[in-house]
Amino acid sequence: MSVLRSDNYDLVVVGAGPAGIAAAAAAAKAGATTLLLDENAGPGGQVWRGLTSTPLTNRDMLGKDFWDGQLELEKLRSSGAEVLQRATVWSIDPSLQVGISHGGASRIVQARRIVIATGAMERPFPIPGWTLPGVMTAGAAQTMLKSSGLVPSEPTVIAGQGPLLWLLAGQILRMGGRIDVMLDTTPKGAFAAALPKAFGFLTTPYFRKGLKMLREVRSKVRIIKHVTRIEAQGDGQLERVVWETAGGKRGEMASRLLLLHQGVVPNVNLAMSTGAAHDWDGLQLCWRPRLDDDGQTTVPGIYVAGDGAGIGGVGVALARGRVAARAALTSLGKSGQDADLSAARAELAKANRGREFLDLLYKPAEQFRIPEGDTIVCRCEEVRASDIRSAVDIGASGPNQLKAYLRTGMGPCQGRLCGLTVTELMAKARGTTPEQIGYYRLRAPVKPLTLSELADLPMEPEAVKAVVR
Amino acid sequence: MAQVHDVAVVGGGLLGASIAWGLARLGQKVVVLDEGDAVRRASRANFALVWVQGKGAGMPPYANWSVEASRQWPGFAEALEEQTGLDVHYQRPGGFHICLNEDELAARQRVVEGMYAQGAPEGYGLEMTSREDLEKALPEIGPEVVGASYSPHDGHVNSLRTFRALHEGLRAFGADYRPDHMVDAIEPQPGGGFVLHTEQGRVEAAKVVLAAGNGNERLAPHVGLFAPMMPTRGQIIVTERVRPFLHYPLGTLRQTDEGTVMIGDSKEDVLDDGETRVPVSTVMADRARRTFPLLNRLNVVRTWSGIRVMTRDGFPVYDQSASAPGAFVACCHSGVTLASMHALDLARRIRDGGLGGALAPFSARRFADAPETLLNSDAAA
Amino acid sequence: MTPMFSHIPADQRPTLEIFVDGQSVRARRGDTVSAALLASGLDVRRDSAVSGVPRLPYCMMGVCFECLVTIDGVGNRQGCLIPVAPGMRVEIQRGKRELGK
Repeated sequence: MSVLRSDNYDLVVVGAGPAGIAAAAAAAKAGATTLLLDENAGPGGQVWRGLTSTPLTNRDMLGKDFWDGQLELEKLRSSGAEVLQRATVWSIDPSLQVGISHGGASRIVQARRIVIATGAMERPFPIPGWTLPGVMTAGAAQTMLKSSGLVPSEPTVIAGQGPLLWLLAGQILRMGGRIDVMLDTTPKGAFAAALPKAFGFLTTPYFRKGLKMLREVRSKVRIIKHVTRIEAQGDGQLERVVWETAGGKRGEMASRLLLLHQGVVPNVNLAMSTGAAHDWDGLQLCWRPRLDDDGQTTVPGIYVAGDGAGIGGVGVALARGRVAARAALTSLGKSGQDADLSAARAELAKANRGREFLDLLYKPAEQFRIPEGDTIVCRCEEVRASDIRSAVDIGASGPNQLKAYLRTGMGPCQGRLCGLTVTELMAKARGTTPEQIGYYRLRAPVKPLTLSELADLPMEPEAVKAVVR
Repeated sequence: MAQVHDVAVVGGGLLGASIAWGLARLGQKVVVLDEGDAVRRASRANFALVWVQGKGAGMPPYANWSVEASRQWPGFAEALEEQTGLDVHYQRPGGFHICLNEDELAARQRVVEGMYAQGAPEGYGLEMTSREDLEKALPEIGPEVVGASYSPHDGHVNSLRTFRALHEGLRAFGADYRPDHMVDAIEPQPGGGFVLHTEQGRVEAAKVVLAAGNGNERLAPHVGLFAPMMPTRGQIIVTERVRPFLHYPLGTLRQTDEGTVMIGDSKEDVLDDGETRVPVSTVMADRARRTFPLLNRLNVVRTWSGIRVMTRDGFPVYDQSASAPGAFVACCHSGVTLASMHALDLARRIRDGGLGGALAPFSARRFADAPETLLNSDAAA
Repeated sequence: MTPMFSHIPADQRPTLEIFVDGQSVRARRGDTVSAALLASGLDVRRDSAVSGVPRLPYCMMGVCFECLVTIDGVGNRQGCLIPVAPGMRVEIQRGKRELGK
């Protein structure tokens, strides 16, 4: 892989969403040699996905928040930061060596400081039948919309909770796509007061009249409230969605597409694999890295910014990115950064006060986080909730012992789609807390790479001695 | 004093679980005291070989013990399946140790000759294999492979499923498995029996078996035993699942029944199993692809490291205490290979109260700094 | 089979040709392999490596590994992260990957 200009950088930033773009731009502008790595074809992360390539060129379609990304991207372009797309970071070690896979080859780069900005992912939504073809996340549908201009064209059910669900339904409908039924899983009581408030935080020129859009969705989509059970059914393919409400009413709908969403959680795999300590967030029900005021983890020199540090939304992500970059530069003795750092901290404090993305404060109901019966928990290894409960019965005390018994989390997704479920399910089964149960121990490579990529890296005599004996 | 438990086994890994399962199967009331989820566990980081070739170089009784373990494995696997319904996929097609150049080949030749020179077990069958013969068994080998040693006793197993089967079996036998019960101290009682102090209170038992891996070194002196350990770190690579292509286990490369390919292994004097080192993976990956060039394009999905349980001289230690009879210790590196002997043979000896002359060579008395309190049942007899 | 997803009329990007199990498919420039497959109307379900049950992409953002596909002869690639290219040969995977593919 010869595309990189150097083997050494002051700052390596992983992830080109808002936080990563802001961090790389701030660092490079201040004179640090900066490398921004991202595994997608273009920059933007999830919220600005397709920023440079979307076919939805009519600016009203995706709204001001989306196109604001171009301003940040422009700052990045003029900063002098080196940007590499389709580059997967598969390893970060405590000496700040970064393993990068790009175009089928790998390379190790030495960083002096690292900002991990790997963002968020949608919370697992383990309902019966969620592995059937045709069951996807709502975020997946939004990705298809933003980057490919694709909308559902068959009978479609959307299920879950939070403003993103409504936002997406509105976007899809406005672009001529199809949403037939919305299954709202918000527990009874919490919803009515919170929704208009949440929409306040999503207000943009495009969705300035959030309630109008809400009405629009309501006029075109059959809304089922207080849904307490959802099941995806079909033989090798989603054929129908079955549900039940708090009032005991049952319903079903023939459908080939079910879109699920119950909030987003930090994508912690890379940060955890460095050995950085993480704590359970009892409000957002997820793990988040233990950070100091600068965003630095418990591993010196490694920072986390953006939603990977705890869900905050775009504004917080941008501010966290700038704080981390400037703090990293200050620690490297790059002079004249202190003023910038305090400005960035002020920006962060302000963004936090705004508390965007209130949807994440909606606590998804327990039955949608901790499945019963033979519902699949680990999609890769096809491990079911009942298997996990049996393993707890024979003595599995945490996720790592569970791996040994059942291979849970040992497939290609490396626990991303089952980790939270496993922690919460085991905590409930053992009558203890998620903190006590803990999480999978993660190690490099956090994403697969080919054996030849690994074998082609430079040979160290010490390592040869450790193997050839 | 009357005890609720006949035996307390300290350690719930493959070693402890095998002994405990064997004891429970003989009708003993067993309690297994284990640590928590995040501790170092060789049982989760092993290579899953049931491996005989080269083992016991310098200690002929260990070579015999390993061959016997291989012979007992089919019965052990069958007993586990019969009880739990879990197929642990024990297979014994014979195994190869691959050599990638003439120096390695010559060194391997010396190992093979050494085993015979010290008096190999009956029917040992270890032999060198030419490249031509190797190609018949392993048609995918790369051009650098110059030959191998072969043992008909070598095989492999799904060690994680074995681990689970043992724990399911323990439960079915009514054994009491207690995780999060790290043992801090053990007190022999004047009238016989033991009190074990754990992080969650006292446990009493008539006998105690130390099977805590490298933790035995700390616990052994409590009951007049000796367990000098010398742990090392080992690292392993595992690939995505592929269709079966490799029908024999190799010393450092095997395809599991699930389809993944495991590539080993390293040895470092570092005792932090929290990290894996990329340069070490690079060397292992390079050797693997030189052995099978087709592996080049496979995706590596995980690497992990574990701390090997290893006695100071690399051979097993089995002892009973003279100062506190009823206290036993078992230490060995090969918790997978020897699981059959621990479950079917060692457990019976412990139940009977003496290890017997056959295990005398494994006493820690062989170490110059061993305490005088050590006893083996041959000495007691 | 009618596709689950269709392009909005505003999408005027040029198309290019890829091959899915040998069959010619028009894809839009800039689409990922997974998006192109889901828009194709073909049966693009793969079989899982463990029990062989059918699966389709779930997250479309590189997390779930349900989009694994063979691209230009190399198996188990994440189709949701790889853009289509003219002449690309895509194969739907049936069970475990074969060594050498």
